Amino acid sequence: MNWQWFHRLGSPRWFYEKTQAWLPWLSIITLALLLVGGIWGLGFAPTDAKQGNSYRIIYIHVPSAFLALAGYYIMAISGAIGLIWKMKLPFMVMKAAAPIGAALTFLALITGAIWGKPTWGTWWVWDARITSMLILFFLYLGVIALQQAFQNRDTADKASAILALVGTVNIPIIYKSVDWWFTLHQPATIKFIGKSTIHISMLYPLFIMLVGFYCFYTLVLLLHTRVEILRRESRTQWVNDLAAGKQGSK
Amino acid sequence: MANSPFWSTFRRDLILVFRHKTDMVNPLVFFLIAISMIPLAIGPETALLIRIAPGIIWVMALLATLLSLDNLFRSDFDDGSLEQLLIAPYPLFFSVLAKVTVHWLATGLPLTLLAPLLGVMLSLPASAFGALCCSLFIGTAAMSLIGAVGAALTVGLRKGGLLISLIVMPLYIPVLIFGASAVQAAVLGEPFSLQLAVLGAGLALALVLAPFAAAGALRVSVNG
Repeated sequence: MNWQWFHRLGSPRWFYEKTQAWLPWLSIITLALLLVGGIWGLGFAPTDAKQGNSYRIIYIHVPSAFLALAGYYIMAISGAIGLIWKMKLPFMVMKAAAPIGAALTFLALITGAIWGKPTWGTWWVWDARITSMLILFFLYLGVIALQQAFQNRDTADKASAILALVGTVNIPIIYKSVDWWFTLHQPATIKFIGKSTIHISMLYPLFIMLVGFYCFYTLVLLLHTRVEILRRESRTQWVNDLAAGKQGSK
Repeated sequence: MANSPFWSTFRRDLILVFRHKTDMVNPLVFFLIAISMIPLAIGPETALLIRIAPGIIWVMALLATLLSLDNLFRSDFDDGSLEQLLIAPYPLFFSVLAKVTVHWLATGLPLTLLAPLLGVMLSLPASAFGALCCSLFIGTAAMSLIGAVGAALTVGLRKGGLLISLIVMPLYIPVLIFGASAVQAAVLGEPFSLQLAVLGAGLALALVLAPFAAAGALRVSVNG
């Protein structure tokens, strides 16, 4: 098997130059998917029989919740790669992934609360999934706080990678225990609306939004990582040349 | 056996604990005072206190453990003996395990023994005392182990105290859920062996994984 691509990942410069070409395409695809999915989902998908129009927030809520969780694994896996192969780039990806993931988790929580008001009649419910999402948010905050606390960048990278990995081991355990806790304390005051049968015509725009969010996540992660690369490599020749070249062409 | 990495660290740390008794006593005093604040804040009605006692005792035990964690590696880091442990030709796993065991003996075990007294103050029914002690006995050990990872990650920082709480508290959630629920079940007269079994499983998992992660974290914190 050819591992050259993997070793190339160790070079931030290679990554920076390679992703330069992807950015325009990725931006166009992301924009197109989000626009099509958003307009279709918000404007043209059929109204839900039980929830009316309020269900339409799932076109934002579900994809952001998906990526909030996937983002934690992306962060932890890049941290693990950085720890194992001692490469610079994965740590930069990890650092970039933490605030994005935290923001998506927050978005999922907020949209969930906004959806909860008309559906359950209250902004916040200690429901198993909401609570798990809140804990995921705390885990993200921990990684960000640890990353910020160190003066030394290498130590910060490795320490937060270890914390992200410990969190990864814990996430299934936390989710299972919150599930169990919730079934034990099932609140009687809140009536959950029975599972609405999702019509296939509601699912198409959701699928498009999901793919769109994945592209959006990739795009934002790339942009953040590129900034981090420039910041960390700012003393190298190639970044100085890049900066000089940009100014020269203007 | 006396010279094995586990027992030599264990002996040394135990002696240190007995020479600095305040480190051991402070979390207990915190536990006592913090729990006494609760009836002052919400009122002395017995029915209400019984309802919240399991949760309050568990949350306060969690906080007392958190507050004591910063001491776990701090003094060894400051005087350089932590570096000696790192370069010693023994697996760091056992030295860390020994340190955590001593930490538990000095914090978790006294908390467990003090808990029934606080249970009496919060009018916890006598039937729940067994569950309270058993769940705290297992749960504080798991919390010491998990917390060791957080303490190891932040030992290089001058102000690690608050940060430890931030990064460790989410990891304590399963222990808290099952521990408090065991006591709650006992108050209601229901069986609580399921909760204790899950706590035990969590302790077994933490026993295998946490010293390993803490050892890795110590290497990062000390060597950069």
